[in-house]
Order: sequence, then structure tokens, then C-alpha cells
Amino acid sequence: MTGTNVTATAARGQLFAGRGTTVGAGILALAAIVAYFLLPDDLAFLTRIISTILFVLSLDLVVGYAGIATLGHSVLFGAGAYAAGIVAVHMYNEPAILLLVGGLAGALMGLVNGALIVRFSGLPQLVLSIAFVQLMHELANKASAWTGGSDGLSGIEPTKVLGMFGFDLGGRTAYISSVAVLLLTVIILRRIVRSPFGLLCQGIREDPIRVSAMGGNVFASLVAMYAISGAVAGLGGALAAVTAGVVGLDSVSFERSADALVMLVLGGAGSLYGAIVGTVVFQAFEHIVSAANPFHWLTLVGALLIAVVLVLPTGLQGLGKLVASLLTANAGAKP
Amino acid sequence: MQTVLSILIDAIAYGMVLFIVSIGLSVTLGLMRVINLAHGAFAMIGGYFASYAVLMLGLSYWLALLLAIAGTVVIAMPLERLLYRRIYRSHDALAQVLLTIGITFVVIGMANYFFGPTLKIIPLPPSLSGPVDIGLRTLPAHRLFVIGVGAIVALGLWFLIERTDFGTKLRATVDDSAMADALGVRTETIYLIAFALSVALAALGGVIGAEILPIEPYYALRYMVTFLVVVSVGGAGSIPGALLASLLLGIADTVGKYLFPDYGDALFYATVILVVYLFPNGLMGRAD
Amino acid sequence: MTEVLRIEGLSKSFGALEVGRDLSLKLGTGDRVALIGPNGAGKTTFINLVTGAVPPSSGHVFLAGHDITTMSMVGRVRRGLVRSFQVTRVFRARTVAENVRLAVLQRERRTGRIFIAAASMADTEVEVAAVLDTLELGEFANRTVREIAYGQQRLLEIAIALALKPKVLLLDEPSAGVSREESPRILEAINNLPMDIAVLMIEHDMDLVFRFATRVVVMAAGEFIFNGGPGEVASSPHVREAYLGSYARARG
Repeated sequence: MTGTNVTATAARGQLFAGRGTTVGAGILALAAIVAYFLLPDDLAFLTRIISTILFVLSLDLVVGYAGIATLGHSVLFGAGAYAAGIVAVHMYNEPAILLLVGGLAGALMGLVNGALIVRFSGLPQLVLSIAFVQLMHELANKASAWTGGSDGLSGIEPTKVLGMFGFDLGGRTAYISSVAVLLLTVIILRRIVRSPFGLLCQGIREDPIRVSAMGGNVFASLVAMYAISGAVAGLGGALAAVTAGVVGLDSVSFERSADALVMLVLGGAGSLYGAIVGTVVFQAFEHIVSAANPFHWLTLVGALLIAVVLVLPTGLQGLGKLVASLLTANAGAKP
Repeated sequence: MQTVLSILIDAIAYGMVLFIVSIGLSVTLGLMRVINLAHGAFAMIGGYFASYAVLMLGLSYWLALLLAIAGTVVIAMPLERLLYRRIYRSHDALAQVLLTIGITFVVIGMANYFFGPTLKIIPLPPSLSGPVDIGLRTLPAHRLFVIGVGAIVALGLWFLIERTDFGTKLRATVDDSAMADALGVRTETIYLIAFALSVALAALGGVIGAEILPIEPYYALRYMVTFLVVVSVGGAGSIPGALLASLLLGIADTVGKYLFPDYGDALFYATVILVVYLFPNGLMGRAD
Repeated sequence: MTEVLRIEGLSKSFGALEVGRDLSLKLGTGDRVALIGPNGAGKTTFINLVTGAVPPSSGHVFLAGHDITTMSMVGRVRRGLVRSFQVTRVFRARTVAENVRLAVLQRERRTGRIFIAAASMADTEVEVAAVLDTLELGEFANRTVREIAYGQQRLLEIAIALALKPKVLLLDEPSAGVSREESPRILEAINNLPMDIAVLMIEHDMDLVFRFATRVVVMAAGEFIFNGGPGEVASSPHVREAYLGSYARARG
């Protein structure tokens, strides 16, 4: 009897993508298509949002799944952005190569950043993460021969995607490629978080001592998760560089890291979909409110953060789940 | 070109401002285990009150200082009761970070709404404005004043914690709050008083340090990292640690900017990384 | 009976405070040893020393003949030295099955795999189901730990230990915090532990001790003061002194 319950779960896992992933990816693709037709003049903005979604997804891996507190995650995003930008300007400008370079740069930076901070928790971990991003920001500024310093890196002109689709001024190629990259990434990440490794990291998040007592190497696992997170963040950074044509110094900043954390928490950490929802909602509102008065926006975000921490710790996606379970309960089905 | 002495005085004064503001943060971290990223916001509120009192109400610097401290504490008390109390001794560092960042954002937004985005000056009284002749040299009175206040705060806190009843109860609550509770120490009251003290000191530092850390809406975020670093390097809950860290960082930062203007900041952060990595509980902190 | 754990002269001092002095013990396969003693005797510290959570000031630990004194805690677990915790350490946000699954996957060194679903390996799942059935936790397999009673959480603690296929199992007060109604289940679980494991159990529940142990070790003030059969414990003057002190002396 027990065996059947447990192996039934096992059978579900043998599909390429579990039911949750298929539904989620489907909704995401649908939303992307709707946005394409609904907002044809804002594709550049939407593409920027997608790069940010990748960044916030990467943050979800270390915060939501591995339980690390970091305010310096944008070093990974910036590493990918600058790596892709520098390679594009000096060597190859084939988009797929640039994305690969970005992902690799992010992964390497993730190894360093992870090795630096995962041994600690609480204040020392936080301070190390902040000091690291500030240090990298200064170094990026100083290396202006490569990075353009505070003026940023420009002149990134990618060639055609898959050899066929050139980057048009309307931003259509950029948008569609970004959506494709996002969908693929989400599917892969969903697999990773449901894997034995994903389970291990979630265990570490709850109780690292228990994991050690099971024979698990906490340090190595967390650093590995950081590298994976770095790859995703670097991919996001490279995507931003390729689609926007420029890399700003703010790609590596404390402010960018704090923003990402806010987006993640608003949407809800630990589910991947929360990261997506949080980013979209945050960026949309920021676009509207911040243009009017940036300080009102700041106050609003602050109030929301307080509300989320005290009232709705699982964020908007927790609210979504709550609504969904209420609806199915009302429909008579067992939740 | 400034003399070595005047650079040093500037550095020490800067360090003292950091100390006066940060010691409260060290207390709340060491006692209530709260990573209070909004601590700088309280210093900023104090600065705004004082500036308004002097410039708009025409009050004297000293009266404005008192009002600023009182006003900031009055604002902080409901926050303590409604918000901070919910995250005391929480193991969820992230929740504390997010809640206190939220408070910081709101404070920045409100500061801009009420006072506008420009820098706010707190004009010094004549007694602090000029130079002071100490024989061989003349030094700015304000800097000497700040250094003096810092020393008094350090001594005063030491006396409070080591020599008074309140201090004993405070230390008991830090060591073992459940036990202290069982012994009849009203831990909630202790937390309240400690929080009030912490905020009062922040406001004090914000006002007298306004010459060095100017008051504008982003003050709360701009120096937040510095305050965190002081507490981290000094060790949470340690007065000598915070003093040592503040002075070291003040000197390192000022001297660094003077000697290596191009790489000063990068060196600073590299040093912070090194120190915190080797001494995660601070130079004088205790392991948890 | 083969010797599987040998502890020689283990000592630990924190400055002037000596918490363990010259502790020596041998365990063979199939042994059932109870470690008892008054509170503060140092029993949990002893377990921490053996598992490597705390480095000893002096002494040696041998597991199946290998000197593991300087080996990390993780290394010892992987060689079969497993402990349970006095205050339950399980993953409360995860299901009962997931807790055991993680232990099995870790033992099988499969926790590095990222592209396969954790619950999709048939041989692992069979083992998970078997462990859960042994401890009668099968019906709770898909419930999160938060939803089950504390007694069942203590059983889960034992399940995790079993899933790691230990050679030596150190149980730290397995029935601590468990209600009277639930402790028979714990006893049953412990009595059903495989005979090829050596088990050392810290316990205060004397009922449990005498039904379980073939040997009893008594610890007081950092030292082992008795090591013998359960029948002789009560009559040992050292033990009476340690537990009852002056009260025993006064009573005669």
C-alpha cells in the first residue's frame, strides 16, 4: 500500500517535465504571446523584464531553495553581462556564443562568490555579500578600458540569431529569442529543483547539521548551487547585453541586488514561479509609478515589503495558491 | 595640503560618528538578534528633526539636539511594538533584512515627501564653529566636540552595562533570555529600553555628525553598509569592539582616500572581506 | 562477534572544565548497550566526541579497525557511524517520505544528480517504502513532518538513521519528549533494529533500558563508572553514589 503511493510519485517524475512544469511553461508561453500582441511598441521593455526574470530566478535558487541571505547577487548578472559584452566587442558577436560565455562567466563568479559566503550565516554572510558586490563594482569601474567604466560598455552588435533572424529595430527578434531562452531555462530549473540535488539543498536550507549527520557535504553542495545560480544570472546578464547593445555599471551594484531580492520576496521565494510573478508585477508597477515620483514608489515598495514579511511570507504566489485552493475547495474537489 | 594631524583628527571624528551611530545597531543585534538595516534611517530622522528645529523654528543647536533625540525615539517606539517585536530572536535573517529594508524605504520616501530631496544643513552654534587653539596647533572645534562625545558615550555605556542594575539585567537577557525571564527579569521592558537607547544614540550621531555624513533622503541607504560593516567587524554587542572597528574603519577610509584616491574604495571593501571572513564574529565578538 | 567500534581514552576539556575523562568502550556487532547517568554527566558530549562533532583533547576512535579520530563527521557517517538527535532534527517542511528519501539518496551518493526527479529511481523508492514500513510510518509517507505527532517524528528520526545503513548506531534519548502512549512504539522500533548493527543508546527511561540492553554503561561527571550487565547496575555502590549521592549515603 505504501509502495504504491511512493512509486506512483516516482512514475510521474519520469516524464520529461512533470505536470507542474508543463502547465507552468504553457502559461508562461501563453502570457508571452499575449504580451507580444498587446504591447507591440514596448517589446524592448518586455525584453528587459525577461533578463531580469532570469536574474531573479537565479536568486531564487540560492535564497528560496538553499536558504542563503545575499544582497550582492548582481555580481553574477554583471559578470555575464560584461563577459558577453567584452567578447562581442572584441571577438565574436554570435548571439548563442555570447549567451554561453555569459553563462560560464556567471558560473565561475558564482563559484567564487559562493565559496566566500556559504560558510557563514546571518550578519557576516550578508556583509560579505555586500562587500563583494561593492568591491566588484569598484573594480568594474576601474577597469574602464574593458568595461567603459561609468559610461558603460557599448557597441555590442550581435549577428543573426541561428544565422537567420537579424535583430530588428522593433525588438521582435530580441523578444522572441528571450522568451525562448526563458522557457528553456524554466523547464531546466524546474527539473533541477525537483532532483536529488534540489532536495539536498532544500534540506540544507532547513537544517545543515542534519544534512551533515546524513553524510552530506554542505559546503560543496551550496557552492555548486551557487555556480548553477551564477550560470542562470550570467545568462540573464548576457541576454540583457545582447538585446540592449550596452552594459551599464549598475549591472554590478548593491541596488540591483536589493531590487532583485524585493522582486523575489514579493512574488514568493522557493517556487520559481513566484520569482517570475514578482518580477513582472514589480517592473510593471515601477514603470508606471516611478516615472511619476520615484520616492512614492520607494515608499510603496517599503510598505509592501513590510506587509509581505508580516502578513504574507509566501508572497504573491502564496496568495495565488491560497486562492486556487479556496476555489477547488468550493468546487467540491478535495485539495 | 592638510597636515597629518588634521587628517587624523578628521578620521577619528569620522570614526567617532560611526561609533555613536553604530553602537546602537550593535546592541540591537547582540541583544535582540535583529539585523536592523533601518538603523541608519533613525540617525537620518534625528538629523532632519534637528535641521528643521534650527532652521525653521529658530531653536538653539543644543535644544534642537535634544528635541531630535526625543522625537526620533517617539517615532521609533510604535515601530518597535508593532514591527520589530515580531522578529526578535528570529532565526530567519532574511525576514529581518526585508522588514527593515522596507522600513528604510518608507522612511526615505517620507523624508523626501516632507523635506524634499535636497541636503539639509544643521548650522553649528558659534561655540562649535571655529577653530580651537590647543597650543601647538589649531583644530576645528566641531571635530574635537564629536570626538569628546564619542568618548563620553563609550564610557557612559560601559558604566551602564557593567555597573548598573539595568546593565546586569541586560547582560543576563543576552546570555539566556529564557532564564532571565524565569528569574523575573522583564525581558520585554529590557528590549524596549535597549531599543530606545539604540535609536537615541543613532539620532545623536546623526545630528552631531551631519557635517561629516550629510543629511539627505538617501542617507539611510548610503551609509547602511558602513554601519553594518562596523558592527560586523567589531562584533555584535561589544562596545570596545564597535569603538575599535569604527576608529579603524574611519582611519582606513580617510587615509585610504588620501593616499590611494583611485583605489581607496576597492581596498576598503577588500579589507572588510578579509576581516569578516577571518573573524565572522568580529574582532571582539563572541561566537553564538 | 566482531568488534566494530573501539573508543580508547577519549578525553575533552574546555579550558579548566573537564567534560570527558579517559572514556574507553568497545562495541561489537549485535551489541545493545545503554548509556545512562545523571543529567550533566556528559553523555551527549560523549556522543559528540565519537561522531566528530567535537574534537577530543586526547584519545582515539576506531571504526571497524580504522582510526577515525581525525576524520570529519561527514566521513564517519559515510563509513557507517550514525547518530540520532535528542531534539528531533528532521526536515519539517518536507514530507516523511522525502526525509527518508534524502537519507537513502545521500547514502547511495546520488545527491549530485540534477536532471532526474528525486522520486523517480525505482530501487531508491523501494528502499524508502521498506524503511517506512519497518517503522509503521507508511501511512504518513506523503504528509509533511509538521502534520504528524511528535512520537512519529521521533520514529522518523530513527528511520533516517536506518536508511543510512549504519554499522554503529548512536541513539540520543530516542524516547525523549514522547508521551507514555507512544513510547511502546519507540521500544518496538528499537527492538526490531537489525542484529548486524551495534547500538549504543542514551536513555533516562529505565523501562526502556532494561528491556533493550544487554550491557549498561553508567556515566557520571565525565567518567564511566560502571560497565556491565543490567542486573548488576542497581547494586553497584558507585552507581548509587552517582545518582543519589548523599541521599543514598544517608539512607544506607
